Amino acid sequence: MDYHSREIVNKIKVMIHKVAKDINGTVKIMDFCGTHEHSIVYNGIRSLMPSNVDLVAGPGCPVCITPAHYVDAMIKLALDGVRVYTYGDTYLLPGSELPGSDKPRTLADAKALGADVVVVYSLLEAIKHYRRDPKESVFLAVGFETTAPSTASAVVNRLLPDGFTLINVHRLTPPIMRYTFEKHRDNPIRGVIAPGHVSTIVGAREWEFVPKEYGIPTVVAGFEAYDIMQAILYILLMLRSGKPRLVNQYKRAVTWEGNKKAQKLIRECCEVVDSSWRGLGFVPESGLSFRDKYKWADAIYQYGLRELSENEWKYDLPPGCRCAEVTLGLAKPTDCPLFMKVCKPGVPYGPCMVSSEGACSIWARFGSGGLVEELVESLGLE
Amino acid sequence: MCLGVPGRVVEIKEGGIAVVEFSNGVTIETDANTIEGIKPGDLVVVHAGIIIAKLREEEIEEWARSLQEFISELESKESEIAEMLRELEGG
Ligand code: SF4
Repeated sequence: MDYHSREIVNKIKVMIHKVAKDINGTVKIMDFCGTHEHSIVYNGIRSLMPSNVDLVAGPGCPVCITPAHYVDAMIKLALDGVRVYTYGDTYLLPGSELPGSDKPRTLADAKALGADVVVVYSLLEAIKHYRRDPKESVFLAVGFETTAPSTASAVVNRLLPDGFTLINVHRLTPPIMRYTFEKHRDNPIRGVIAPGHVSTIVGAREWEFVPKEYGIPTVVAGFEAYDIMQAILYILLMLRSGKPRLVNQYKRAVTWEGNKKAQKLIRECCEVVDSSWRGLGFVPESGLSFRDKYKWADAIYQYGLRELSENEWKYDLPPGCRCAEVTLGLAKPTDCPLFMKVCKPGVPYGPCMVSSEGACSIWARFGSGGLVEELVESLGLE
Repeated sequence: MCLGVPGRVVEIKEGGIAVVEFSNGVTIETDANTIEGIKPGDLVVVHAGIIIAKLREEEIEEWARSLQEFISELESKESEIAEMLRELEGG
C-alpha cells in the first residue's frame, strides 16, 4: 500500500471501530472470492478490525472445490497418450490418490511419468499451442462465472480445433452462497463482500437475493485495501441502521446488469445442473454442463468417461484435510493440524493449498496472524 | 483463478481477438468475443485470456472523488449519525 492508500485505510479503520461499537455481538463478514481473501491477508486487514468483527473466507477458489473425480479423469487421459492442457493452478491439484501411492496423484506426477501435460495461462493459449503442434488434446476447464465465458466463447464461436475437447467443471457462485448460509445457520453470517470479478459477468443484481431473502447487508467490492475497508464499513453502517441492502462499491468495473454478451454465451453453451463440490457433495443447480448440441466439445462424452453421479459420489478429500470446512468458512487454515506441517505450498497435501487463491495457500504465503500484525505495525497502520 | 488484471486494448484482430497491453509493458492476445463493443484505447479487465469487463474511466474518477468525500462526510457527521440512530432505536 502506498502512503495515500494507507492514509485512507486508516481513516476508514477509525470509522469502522466507531460504528462497530454500536453493534451487539460478533459481526461475521464473509468474502466469496480468493482475490478478496488474498487482499485481506496481504494487507493485514484482519488485524485492523475491532474485536467484534470477524472476517471469514468463504468458497472463493474454484480449484479447491474441483472434484477429485475430474482430476483422476485428466490423469487417465494423459496416461493414455492424450495431451492435456491445464491452468497452472490445477497442475498440482491432487486427485484421489494419496501421497506415497505408486500411481500419479497430480497432472505434474503424470508429466513426470512422461505424459504430455502442458500448462497454459488460458484456453486461447492452449488453442494456439495446439495449432502449432496438433495432437488429440483435452483442456481442464475449471472456474466460476468469471472463467466460464472463455469456455463458452471457444465452443459457441467454434474456436476449438478438431480433436480438442474439454472437461467442463465450471461452477456457479449464488447456489454455493445459499448453501454456505445454511451451514452457518447456528452462528449466522451478518455481512457479505460479494465477489468483484464474478460480478463483472453476472452483474450486481445477482446478489439482490442476499439482503432480500436473508436480510444480510451485501457489498460488491473492488480489490484494493480501501475498497474492502469501505465495503466493511458499509456493511456495519447497514447493520447499525437495521436496513440491509445491496451496495455496488465496484462501479468502475461492475454494472447492475453485468456483461450480457458473456451471460448469453454461457446460456447458449451450457445448461445449469446439480453438481459436485470437492469435500461437500452435490449442490443443487450449482454447475454448468454442455448442452446436447455441444457434446462434441465434451471430453467426458467423447472418451466414454463416467460423469460423477449423486449416488456414486464419495467423500473426496485426503484423510485429515479440513478443506471442506475451510472452504465454507467453518474452520480457518490454522485450525488444520496438517497446516504447514504435512501440507505446504510446493508440496500441497490438500486442494486448498494448491491454487494461489486457496485459503490455506494464501495464509501460508502471507501469514495469518502474528506475522501480519507485525507487518501492519511496521507500516504504521496501528 | 478469479484474478483480473487491468490493461489497455491496443489492437483488434480478426476473429474478435484483442491485443491488450498491461502496465508492465507485456502484451497478450485475448478473446474479446465475450464482451460487446471493445475498441482500441479501452481500459479493460482481463481474466484467463478473455476480456471480462470494460473499466468505466468516468467511474474511476467519480469513485476517487466520492471516496474522499465519503470520508470527510463521515468524519463530520459522526455525532449526527449516532444521534439519528439513538432516535431510531428509541422510536
Ligand atoms: S492445510 Fe492442507 S490439509 Fe489442511 S485444510 Fe488446508 S489444504 Fe487441507
